[in-house]
Amino acid sequence: MSKQQAVLDWIDARFPLTSTWKAHVSEYYAPKNFNFWYFFGSLAMLVLVIQIVTGIFLTMNYKPDGTLNASGVPVAFASVEYIMRDVAGGWIIRYMHSTGASMFFVVVYLHMFRGLIYGSYKQPRELVWIFGCLIFLCLMAEAFMGYLLPWGQMSFWGAQVIVNLFASIPVIGPDLSVFIRGDFVVGDATLNRFFALHVIAVPLILVALVAAHLIALHEVGSNNPDGVEIKKNKDPVTHIPLDGIPFHPYYTVKDVLGVVVFLIVFSAVVFLVPEMGGYFLEHPNFDPADPLKTPPHIAPVWYFTPFYAILRAIPSFAGTQVWGVLGMGGAVVLIAFLPWLDKSPVKSIRYRSTKFKVMVTLFIIAFIGLGILGAMPSTNVRTVIAQIFSVMYFGFFLGMPFFTKNDVGSVATPARVTDNTGGRQVLFFVLMALAIGGATLFAKMV
Amino acid sequence: MKKHFRHLIAALALVLPVAAFANSEGPALEKAPINVKDVESLQRGAQIFNNYCLSCHSASYMRYNRLQDLALSETQIKDNLMFATDKIGDTMAVSMDKKEAKDWFGATPPDLTVIARSRGADYLYGYMRGFYRDESRPTGWNNQVFDKVGMPHILWEWQGEQRLETVKNKEGHEEHKLVLVKPGSLTKLENGKADTSEYDKRAADLVNYMVYMSEPSQVKREQIGYVVILFLALVMFPLAYFLKKEYWKDVH
Repeated sequence: MSKQQAVLDWIDARFPLTSTWKAHVSEYYAPKNFNFWYFFGSLAMLVLVIQIVTGIFLTMNYKPDGTLNASGVPVAFASVEYIMRDVAGGWIIRYMHSTGASMFFVVVYLHMFRGLIYGSYKQPRELVWIFGCLIFLCLMAEAFMGYLLPWGQMSFWGAQVIVNLFASIPVIGPDLSVFIRGDFVVGDATLNRFFALHVIAVPLILVALVAAHLIALHEVGSNNPDGVEIKKNKDPVTHIPLDGIPFHPYYTVKDVLGVVVFLIVFSAVVFLVPEMGGYFLEHPNFDPADPLKTPPHIAPVWYFTPFYAILRAIPSFAGTQVWGVLGMGGAVVLIAFLPWLDKSPVKSIRYRSTKFKVMVTLFIIAFIGLGILGAMPSTNVRTVIAQIFSVMYFGFFLGMPFFTKNDVGSVATPARVTDNTGGRQVLFFVLMALAIGGATLFAKMV
Repeated sequence: MKKHFRHLIAALALVLPVAAFANSEGPALEKAPINVKDVESLQRGAQIFNNYCLSCHSASYMRYNRLQDLALSETQIKDNLMFATDKIGDTMAVSMDKKEAKDWFGATPPDLTVIARSRGADYLYGYMRGFYRDESRPTGWNNQVFDKVGMPHILWEWQGEQRLETVKNKEGHEEHKLVLVKPGSLTKLENGKADTSEYDKRAADLVNYMVYMSEPSQVKREQIGYVVILFLALVMFPLAYFLKKEYWKDVH
């Protein structure tokens, strides 16, 4: 017995190292037909690590202090500029963190969309989906609280607007919003508690949920673009799924490739366009927070704009504005109910009916459209369009039990996974170009 | 797979240059003719900024010794650009009392270190060239891009005095236009027409410096960025690509 093996045996007698490695990595069998959409799970993990590591270094110099320094600038705002100028490598770390926040949502939205089109939330993966939705919720809280920390004008007024939403809840609302802020306006107390929640409380829950998400996934096995259960076709002798390949080394090397491509895009933003035209770092956020000066246009960061647009689209009636708040909250919560809203026997969009494909297309249009509208100041026309899109958004979820009844396409789901043909790749490229082109056109015209 | 990556890159390349929605208030802003790699322009800008702006405004995140970025020695900085302190490591604070400043101007002059990132270079360029005489204002000055501004025109001796006049444009619509009514020390008269290009150049230098000051590491950031991206694209990408290909050749 080699020395290495002896050490491993010693550990294995006390800790399930080899068996864990096998169960989750080297003998975890994943379908061999993963496509482009399957990169975003591992990329989300990568971004989480980037955020945690850069975040640790940022806390070493950041000061959650809303009081004014000798030059009349809030200490928190000045400490961010200190990081940008006087801390060695500080600007790289800060831009990685600010870009990472946006890229987290890019990656997670694409990851969720993958689940939607391939029916990854369907039986037996309902809990994987629920854990994922909780991760998304945590991520939104994390991003929202993190955005207050630079203590710029948009940090302050964005937080003011969102916390005030809670005040619209009947009876307990006003007290609740004071409880959240720790003050009657967003202030030093708010900044301190958001800092605490942002750097420890929420990340802790986030990491635990990611672990639960992965454990649940590895219990049931990954779905794939064909929606075929690979565990139904096992080798009679080895009991290994015929369409499965070990995660390591096949998907580790493939994900490394995805990571490199992602890092090229990520670095392009960090080093060349860290503000991303005012969408990743908003221009008014370079003015320190001023409670006496309301900015003319308060826009949330791009990843909240679809939900913000829904909030603005719903008018207040019966003397309260709580409906918009309920709508915004409902828009997020509804996603978690997909496993039970979808009645189709088919998982993958490839083998679903045209009806379903049309509905998904309308949903994409509504979601991207709402995202664009939420970033703009509202006008009458825009409000009407946002209302139409909001109806489409909710219609997609609430109508799903009806339009997924007897939802079977002309091609039946195959017994075994299929290859990614050239035709599918061309279709993918055309649809991507259509989505991006359409979104750009809409943004210019509206 | 190869095709997939091409698609991914193409898709992301399309997303990158998303045009920002322009701020649609006030007059259209002329593009500021600046270049943060032009060290001489930055030096001239620093001179104007430290001599004029720093009297009332602070630049409290910017240290004097950082001006060594602009190919200036410590002695040069101390002798020519430091008036409020004798410690080269100090930040550019202002000695004016904030309360008094508020009484004098109606508002405390804001810190200018990162003003170029919140307003943009074009706005600052328009602002520095947009002052005009307005007797209704306490300082006697108003500004085309910042109506009812509290700040007087500090560089009026260079630019001269402008007035905002209403003229009819080609389509017959009324337009506000700045017209030079009293030449400044930098105004040249050419064929009987006032030429303020010399002042505009100074304004551009100043704006250039303020853009540099808003993010002193920006030139270095780009330089490092190209190296990082080239390394990833030319070294890491082929490595990862062929590694994946090698491992996957037995998957059918």
